[in-house]
Amino acid sequence: MKNYIRFLWRCFRLSFVGDWRYHLWMLILTIVALFGIHAYAGQFVHGLAVTGMSDHVSWGLYIANFTFLVGMAAAAVMLVIPVYIYKFKDMHELVIFGELLAVASIIMCLLFITVDLGRPDRFMHLLFRFNFPISVLAWDVIVLNGYLLLNLHICGYLIYSAYCNREPSRWFYIPFVFVAIAWALSIHTVTAFLYSGLGSRPFWNSAVLAPRFLASAFAAGPAFIVLTLFVIRSTTRFAVHDRAIELLRLILTVALTINLFLLGSEVFTEFYTDSAHAASAHYLMFGLHGHTTLVPWIWTSIALNSAALLILYSPLRRRDWAIGTACVAMICGIWIEKGMGLVIPAFIPSPIGEIVEYHPTWDEIQICLGIWAIGLLLYTIFVRVSIPVLTGHLRIDKIYETEARPTEPSAPLQP
Amino acid sequence: MSWDESSLPKPPTVDSGRRSFLRHAAGLATGAVAFGAALSPLREMVDAKHGYSAKQFFQKHYKEMSREEMNEVLARVRMEVKENYGVDADISAPAPMDGVEFVYALNLSRCNGNRACVYACVRENNQSRVPEIQYIRVIEMPRTSLDLERGNHHYGDEKVPDKDHFYLPVQCHQCANAPCVKVCPVEATWQEPDGITVIDYDWCIGCRYCMAACPYWARRFNFSEPRLASLKELAANPDVEAERLNPEMSYLSNRPRPKGVVEKCHFCLHRTRKGKMPACLEACPTGARKFGNVLDPHSEVSEILKSKRIFVLKEDLGTLPRFFYYFDERTPQTDIPEWIEGQEEPA
Repeated sequence: MKNYIRFLWRCFRLSFVGDWRYHLWMLILTIVALFGIHAYAGQFVHGLAVTGMSDHVSWGLYIANFTFLVGMAAAAVMLVIPVYIYKFKDMHELVIFGELLAVASIIMCLLFITVDLGRPDRFMHLLFRFNFPISVLAWDVIVLNGYLLLNLHICGYLIYSAYCNREPSRWFYIPFVFVAIAWALSIHTVTAFLYSGLGSRPFWNSAVLAPRFLASAFAAGPAFIVLTLFVIRSTTRFAVHDRAIELLRLILTVALTINLFLLGSEVFTEFYTDSAHAASAHYLMFGLHGHTTLVPWIWTSIALNSAALLILYSPLRRRDWAIGTACVAMICGIWIEKGMGLVIPAFIPSPIGEIVEYHPTWDEIQICLGIWAIGLLLYTIFVRVSIPVLTGHLRIDKIYETEARPTEPSAPLQP
Repeated sequence: MSWDESSLPKPPTVDSGRRSFLRHAAGLATGAVAFGAALSPLREMVDAKHGYSAKQFFQKHYKEMSREEMNEVLARVRMEVKENYGVDADISAPAPMDGVEFVYALNLSRCNGNRACVYACVRENNQSRVPEIQYIRVIEMPRTSLDLERGNHHYGDEKVPDKDHFYLPVQCHQCANAPCVKVCPVEATWQEPDGITVIDYDWCIGCRYCMAACPYWARRFNFSEPRLASLKELAANPDVEAERLNPEMSYLSNRPRPKGVVEKCHFCLHRTRKGKMPACLEACPTGARKFGNVLDPHSEVSEILKSKRIFVLKEDLGTLPRFFYYFDERTPQTDIPEWIEGQEEPA
């Protein structure tokens, strides 16, 4: 126990250590997070009236970001499956970054849900009178928190084992890894069911929604991990195998292709049928009765996703910069598609035919950016701390170089 | 593995002595000040007059409260109303009556779109004036269509009815298979035995999933603290809120709502459970609104359901509304010859 607390303390200390780029990055994130906290304090006092939401569009950017991040969290499984099921060796060391991303994403998800609540002070009502299994939102509470615990356990156990320089006991984490695989699929499926189970919103009421969620998650998540790996490779001594990047590239190429195919299927069904149910889709893609706020967004998304796909199928795909560009493009594209493109149009027109558009306020945007900053801060710290542990530089029986005086050689101690 | 911490030399620190201390202290102070500044809007809340007691925090769900606990809560609400409005409220928690299931029937041939129901409802139910919350939405529909998207929600005609339109008031349909009740994660909304879907405003967490689930757009959210008058009106007359407050209230219906919770039409249960008619019905000058107990075969609504050609909105969704519409074929309001309006029968 004493050792564990010391481990946490050393990690905490280490999270303040880095070169100027690291400090600048962390400083920017901290400032953005503080602005977010400031805006949220205002919202807490004045209510959700500070947002652009209304009785018509009763969910906005918060739930949009939440939906996107559930996908990011679920995507860790795309690293876990090759390693633990197909025994793909070159990625073994990298799985942990996917799991840490899952932890950070779920924390962001929970924050987004919290800021969306009108009465966050009543959170404990979930414990006293929980509408399970009838309410899909109750399912979502369980799967998200369960997934967070699973990943915290797996990452925490593996990293602490490495820190203590002992072989992790397989029985203590392999079963959890396999549970987490199924669980990862469940978090995104349940979140999709949250929407697709509502007959009042024809735009969501589609069986293809859950598969679409999974496909877009398995594209955006690995894309984010690829970007992380590029950063790790260029700033640390951690060995990132080219074959790992290669495999991730294949995974996200396939996922993005499927995602665009499913989007196409949905577009066909809506527009060929062209019934009254297609009103929201019309609004999203072409505008409805002169209301066109979302039109540029969705076409930007489609353009970004298509561009990413073109790069991934072109001969350029083996170059790091091309993969990086494709990853950034598809993360942005999918963020729009799952957020602005999925959550908001379902509310427009309203179920009784009124068109009220949604424009997020600056407060709302600051809160969203703040939560992203908190999530990225956490993820940066997780990665920053776990790398020296995994490479064996930060050990229970060793003094890490940054803990020594800069002038001293960073020789490991002889036991 | 055996390893003894004491056998190791203490790791040297990055900096030592006073400089390091000062640096850390400065960093910590900057962080604390920045964090404090970020939280500064919360001060307004601390300054606010009304505290938030532990009792309120641990208040039980409506269905779990004993008689005494309910009385305590009602006393607290009464005290809050007195503090905020200076009015003695008559607040109760009437139970549903045995053998009663309420339904509403609305005669579309009679409704002329005057919106008297909307305003009566706002007054009766202490709905927020700033921001404006209304439970009833009257839609002006083209005579040739029932497609809600072709309706006009914001008609501002000098005179109603317009010849080429009919008027479709929509409010909570008190569905027997209510999607809003299904989705609530904390059972803050449920259906009472008399068919009314109610909300415990002290239990709702404000997730607004029910609003997404409602196919009739019947639910409203308190995006900010509800107010019965604007600041301008208050400046002109400080008692305006007290004058507007309807002191006859109940826990599940028209008591003042807190910020951040969902509310909606509850068939005026504080009236109807005591044998009165809903406020919207009483206000309607055309007699288009009919309300009653469907379990009583001789009630007016039972007769209407038996004899008229009725329909419900969005029947295909399977929500089984308790709110029925019908057209009275004999005297459609919009077909009244001009001589009746002018009260002068032609020869």
